[in-house]
Amino acid sequence: MKKDFNIVIVGTGGQGLITLLQITAEAAMHSGFDVKTSELHGLSQRGGSVEVHIRFGKKIYSPLVAQGMADLIIALEIQESLKAAYFANTKTIFLINKHFIPIPLQKTLSKEQTLGALKKISKRIEIVEAGGVTAGVYLLSLASFKKLLPLKPQSILQAIKKVIPKQYLEINKKAFELAKKYAKT
Amino acid sequence: MEKTILLGNEAIVRGALEAGVQFVATYPGTPASEIGNTFFKISRSGEFSGHFEFSTNEKVALEAGIGASFSGLKTLVAMKNFGLNVCSDALLPFVYTGTKGSTVIAVADDPSCHSSAQSEENSRAFAYLAHLPVLEPADPQECKDFTQLAFQISERYKIPVIIRTTTRVAHQKMPVKLSKLPAKTVPQVKFIKDVQRFVTMPPRVLEMKKELLAKIEAIRDFSEKSKINGGPSSGNFNTGIITAGVSYLYVMEALKELNLNLPVLKLGFFYPLPEKRIKSFIKNLKKVLIVEELEPYLEKEVKSLAKEVNCHLKILGKNLIPEVGELKPEIVTLAIAKLTNKKYRIQDKGYKIPVIRRRPQLCPGCPYWLVFGGVKKAINLKEVIFGGDIGCYMLAGEAPLFLQDYLSCMGSSIGIAHGIKKASGGRQKLITFIGDSTFFHAGIPALINTVFNKSNPLIIVMDNQTTAMTGHQPHPGAPVTPDGIKIEEIVKACGVKNLKVIDPANQAEFVQTIKEFIQKPEVSVVIARHPCIFVKKQKT
Repeated sequence: MKKDFNIVIVGTGGQGLITLLQITAEAAMHSGFDVKTSELHGLSQRGGSVEVHIRFGKKIYSPLVAQGMADLIIALEIQESLKAAYFANTKTIFLINKHFIPIPLQKTLSKEQTLGALKKISKRIEIVEAGGVTAGVYLLSLASFKKLLPLKPQSILQAIKKVIPKQYLEINKKAFELAKKYAKT
Repeated sequence: MEKTILLGNEAIVRGALEAGVQFVATYPGTPASEIGNTFFKISRSGEFSGHFEFSTNEKVALEAGIGASFSGLKTLVAMKNFGLNVCSDALLPFVYTGTKGSTVIAVADDPSCHSSAQSEENSRAFAYLAHLPVLEPADPQECKDFTQLAFQISERYKIPVIIRTTTRVAHQKMPVKLSKLPAKTVPQVKFIKDVQRFVTMPPRVLEMKKELLAKIEAIRDFSEKSKINGGPSSGNFNTGIITAGVSYLYVMEALKELNLNLPVLKLGFFYPLPEKRIKSFIKNLKKVLIVEELEPYLEKEVKSLAKEVNCHLKILGKNLIPEVGELKPEIVTLAIAKLTNKKYRIQDKGYKIPVIRRRPQLCPGCPYWLVFGGVKKAINLKEVIFGGDIGCYMLAGEAPLFLQDYLSCMGSSIGIAHGIKKASGGRQKLITFIGDSTFFHAGIPALINTVFNKSNPLIIVMDNQTTAMTGHQPHPGAPVTPDGIKIEEIVKACGVKNLKVIDPANQAEFVQTIKEFIQKPEVSVVIARHPCIFVKKQKT
């Protein structure tokens, strides 16, 4: 890997973005990379938009991805992917969960509206369906199996085992296995 | 060496533990909360054997810390920026008396106000006000290392030292090199009387100030030699950069991006500044860019130092870097590109992206919905002013509720209510919303004032039995082991006649009470008690 790798993950408060950040960071560290991340806590988590950044490479300074510099954007909710467009360029890969969480007092944007807007930026858009609490782990595992990020599935699995509490480990391992199966189709 | 991924706040905890901290007090506040949360966790599990407490507010937390320090314990006090305002009355004399047990105060600022509803505060100003050493780490490794160094400085010079972070430092993660923890010891200390040292009465207080200023100059000498001020410098350059904190990381990223090699002076000490180091850095430069978030304190210092050594130096700063809002890597890269006449274009083709605004909401099932819903049913909204306070319930200001006509600092909903009531001769009706933890923090003196100086707001204490917004920390009314201090007993003791404790789930009673209390000629208090959905009932 010549350049630093920049990931932005977006979703809404309560979707487990910080856990996903921790898994990715652990996997990057154990793959021998320097890593920095950024997250927000507090009131921003009460169901509002959440955005976390993970950067890894030989030597990383900034915890924030610069505008237009994301290599991979993972959106755990489809409309939120629009928020991450700020970090995208023509080569950015979007991995989007086709999952809608309505915004109170706003019209929900359709899948077509959302993807139509994103396609003007990048042609590399993957949309998958994942539900429930393991959606994040599923998407991250899928990204690894499809080689959308330079972290091997084995490293992701190790990190899942390290980060996820015991009582939730089995269901997350299942999500990892499902991603493996889906990646081959 | 062992490396563990740590959050900036966790790294501060680790640094304090490696330094052998023995007494920790805090009041939760984002982005500093995880310092207290981590100590809470490890003190309950037995990993930390010293004293830990969530204090009632930051002033009390610091005062507890001062007592521990006077008695000889190694002490850490942690808070967010506004906490420093709250405790400043205790802070200034503490810098005069100095410490006995070394003492570090961790303070987290929040540029861009991600989690701060009252002002975009730059706490570095307290360094000047209080003559207080301030260190600024840029990343979690430095959070740990600087915390240890801060304890050493405090030990050596007998002065409290501030570790000042910002959101992007406090909530940044990276692999951190850990050192060994010292062996657990049971501290045998006691307060030993020393009037000369611990009593700030005039004329002694002025001698203390002289001693303090001398200390600061001694620490400045230390700062001149310290490795935490420095950075890459090589070759013969006309242009340099001076920076501090997280801004340094953006500078280094920008130099990488622009493929530039410039000398950089990173200042780990904000106060006292290593003036000689700065002078020698700028002496032979033609241009210098100061990259700092918020107000241009460093820029002003460099301008005054340049007059002595290089009066033709072109000093750039806030003309290229915004004063409002946090910095981002692209902002700094653009500024350095302008500084060096390099081409840099952000990869932004002005795509038309539909805007989505997903604001935080009260959780589904939150008991506060019942309070706000009940109030809406009980009164004519146009005839009533709504005072907001600091907590989850300030979301009442947002859609779909819109029940917030003013918002300021902790506890102020009641204090300001009294002023509004007096101004209108009591004619305007007013309801304040204040949370249980906020009531304990700063609401009680304001309540006493409404009784003493006779005004009649209707105060609704939103008692959800926890400090919800910052992560469900315990407070005096809802401690870890039950039997907390009852808010109704305090309200009664203040002389409030119109008082009811109601579960807002009993809507009919709640609505009826609001209707009745809003007409009262004296102050009234409704304690709307229903636990936060995240609080498990500890006692039935």
